[in-house]
This record gives sequence, C-alpha cells and structure tokens, in this order.
Amino acid sequence: MIKNISNLGDAALYCDFGSEVNKEINSKVIRYFKSIQKENIDGINNLTPSYNKLIISFDLRKKNFQTIKKLIENLNITNDDELETNRIKIPVCCDENFSLDIKRLEEKLQITRDKIYEKFFGKEFFCYMTGFIAGMPFLGDLENELQAKRLETPRVKVPKGSVGLTEQFANVYTFESPGGWNIIGNTPQVIFDSTDENNPNLINPGDVVIFEQITKEQYYNNNE
Amino acid sequence: MNKNYFEIKRAGINTTFQDQGRDNLYHIGIPFSGAMDNRNFQISNKLVGNEVNFPIIEFAYQGPLLKYFGENINFAITGDVKFIIRKKNNTIEGKCYQSFTLENADELDIISTNKSVYGYLAVSGEFDVNYQWSSCSVNTKANIGANNGKKIEDGQTIYISNINKNLSDKKLNYINTKIENIRVIQGTNFDYFSDEGKKIFFEKEFVISKLSDRMGMRLEGPKIENIVDTNIKSEGLLKGVIQVPADGNPIIMLSDHGTIGGYPKIGVVISADYDKLVQLTPGSKIKFKKVELADAETLFKLYDLETQNLISQI
Repeated sequence: MIKNISNLGDAALYCDFGSEVNKEINSKVIRYFKSIQKENIDGINNLTPSYNKLIISFDLRKKNFQTIKKLIENLNITNDDELETNRIKIPVCCDENFSLDIKRLEEKLQITRDKIYEKFFGKEFFCYMTGFIAGMPFLGDLENELQAKRLETPRVKVPKGSVGLTEQFANVYTFESPGGWNIIGNTPQVIFDSTDENNPNLINPGDVVIFEQITKEQYYNNNE
Repeated sequence: MNKNYFEIKRAGINTTFQDQGRDNLYHIGIPFSGAMDNRNFQISNKLVGNEVNFPIIEFAYQGPLLKYFGENINFAITGDVKFIIRKKNNTIEGKCYQSFTLENADELDIISTNKSVYGYLAVSGEFDVNYQWSSCSVNTKANIGANNGKKIEDGQTIYISNINKNLSDKKLNYINTKIENIRVIQGTNFDYFSDEGKKIFFEKEFVISKLSDRMGMRLEGPKIENIVDTNIKSEGLLKGVIQVPADGNPIIMLSDHGTIGGYPKIGVVISADYDKLVQLTPGSKIKFKKVELADAETLFKLYDLETQNLISQI
C-alpha cells in the first residue's frame, strides 16, 4: 500500500502513499500508523501521519534505515473495519469579535456570511491529521464555494480557539499561534489538554467533526 | 518544606528546564524538545555525579543569576560560558567542564555564553520539577513540562532535593569546537529547486539570522529558486529538516519545531552535526556539504562514540 519508502535524513523513513489528498489515501496512512503504534517496535521514537505521508523516526543509536524499512515492509496491517472513529461536536461562536476574516471571505468567495455559515455548520468533516501545534486538527473537505487561500500576510497571533478555513480544510487553533488561515469564529471547547497524558487530543486522525453555531451567551456560559 | 533552593535574581534570556525530551508524540503535535546540545547536557550531569539524563537548566546567551540557600551542593556548567561564584569574602572565576561547590548564600552569576548559544547547569541533586510524558523538558508553545511549561522567571524559587552527600570534584578536559560546514542529506523535495538553486545550496555561504530560537534557525543568503511549487501538502517534520519557503531563504527545524509543515524540504542536517549546529550564533556563516546516508550513519556512530568516551573519562 505504501508507494515508496525513502529516507528523510539519517534517522527517519519517509513513506509515500500518493500525491492526492483524500479520505481513502489518508485512511491507509492512519491504518499503517495505528498498526505500527501497536507493534511498539524498539527504536522507533515517533510516527507522524499526514494527508498522504507517514514519517517514522527512529533512534539512530539502536536502529538504522535499512532495519526499520525491512520491519515496516513485513508488517501486518489492520483492516479498515478495525479503525476506531469518534463523532465529535464542536460549538463555535461567530460573534464579530471572533470572526476575524469573515469580511475577507465574503469578498473572496463572493457569497454572504450567512451562506458561508450555512455551508459550514452541521456538515461532517473528516480529521486527516493533528499537529503543527499540539492537538490542532486538520479537517476536510470544505465545499468548493468555501475554498479560499491563506491570508497574504499571516497573523502574528491567532487567538486560541479560533476556527480557520483554507483551501479544502478547516482547523482549530489549540493555542495562540502565528497563522494565516481565514478565521470565521471561536470555540470555547478545550481541544488539547496536556494534563490528560493518555488522551490529550479531543480530535484524533480518522474522527468525524461537526461544527455547531452557538450564541455569544452560550459561548460564555460554556467557558464557566 | 524543602530547605535547599535557588532564588532567581535574574532569569536570563531563555532559561528553561530540559532533559532528554519526550518521544512518540509527533502525531498529536508535540515535538521532542529536550536539551538542544545533547552532548553538553549529558556531560554536565556526569560532572556532578548524576545519571546523564537528569533535568538540568539550559540557558541561551545571557544565563541566570542564582542565589543558593541550603547545605553544600556541587554544580557544573558546560558549553562555552563565562560565569563567576560570589562567596561571602571572595569571588571565584568559573570554568566550564569542572565541578564547583556552592555553600549557603553563595551567588552563581552566569554572565553569558561566549560565541555560542546554549549552556547547561547541572547540580548534584534533583531539581523539583514536574514531568509530562516522562520528561520535564519545557515546551513554551504548548506550556508542557516543568515550571508549568514556562521559562524560568525573575524572582522565582527553584527547589532541590536528594543532594548527593559525597561531593567529589570532577573535571573533563574538553573544548567545544565549532563547525562551518554543516553536512546534509538531500531532502525529499530536492528536485523542486532549479539547478542553479541546488548549486547555490551546496556551494554558497549562508548567514544565520537573528530570527532563530529553539523552534528553528532562519538563514539569509542567495535565494534558492523553486521551479515546481512553493508549497507541498502539509506533512511531518523532524529536527534538522531544512525547508525553503516561497521567499527562497532556508529555515532549519530545531528541537521545539512545529510537527507539520508545508514548505518543500531541500535537505536534512545529519544527526552527527546537530549539537554543533544549534550552538552557532546569529551572524555565523555556514556552508552545506552533501553526504550520503551510509556516511551519515557512520559519522553519527563516531560522534556518539566520542560522546560516550568523554562521559566515561569523568
């Protein structure tokens, strides 16, 4: 299922599953990721699944590229139906203090904000991967009418909890961070909790996320 | 109440608790972190009789000024660092790679690193730190690790327990050497760059920019031209990966890097050169030198062996 395995530097395998971004390819990546994770192979010290790649890092004191490559090539991979997925609802407030780029989107997409919200809320999005900053989910796919490019100049600080759109993807900023996604609202929901070491991420690769619009009052009640 | 502690009279610029870092969390967005210069981190611990992976204090450029209260304790500083110990009646000029004893009310003033970035302070005891995912390493972006995931601040107190009663003097003859040639393996998007761009990457000098920290090192120099696409579909990153964004200036990912990135990867710094790379100060000139995987593996074995040798000499 892996199209090609090459080395990324001297301490990682770069597993290429294809060039397109879709649920089918990503599910293969996630299946490999979960299977390798379960094996608990000595020397492997990190796995990074993404849209269509899986990077496997290892401790160069214990293993090298050839030995890990052989192990991966001979691994049994779990079937589709064994993939565990959750459905998660995320409340989002679109008050103007939160929807920082809604005007920009109206102009770029040539549709009203009501139409944008109508096409965004209540729809099912698939979590392709998490990362960049701790717990940040990369969700897709947005309808064509909602697809816009990143800001020309990224913000130095995107507020924590911001919900952003770019191209076919949506995400949630789990921490205040620099970033260039189009921000349409903010969630009071905790998406990443470092005190819960076994399960710090609310949203994991393979999960289904549905955003629900809430009022300002609901937003602040949720925060209490 | 613990009776041995440091009072932080001046925190310094970027002073954090670090250890070996944390594994197996890239998939949720948490990088390794850990001491930037692993060799100097391990040596500092050995010089005070600790296990090599004990928590230490890492500082960058200007270090902390600490006043010590408690029973006698040994400390050691590694890197290339200027520091002094102020005792009641005299001041002692400090030396790296050597243990010193602090008595009650002594002050340790870590003035600055010399032409290097990071220094390490280890003590013959255990800093009272909290661990997350088996590591105290501070990641200030996600507020993970010791000290609530934050840098050490002015005025705070750092407690120490389990002080080793057997305070023997230890020393290592070692001088940090600098490198100018950074050895790299070609990256997975090497062919995104023009022939001229590839040539520039391996032949021209780059200067380390001021915009460098524990997350990444930005470089300035001749622009590297991309002829395919200035973005890739976001995918995993590693420390040492060299990305080239649309502006043509390379960025090297360091220990606290974001776990996912969407810029083409032109190369990856070999593991053997990482400790030396992170010590290069802004304004330093570097050149990239191409090596093959097999050579990189051998070079790392040699580097690791050298580190183990140094540790065993203490």
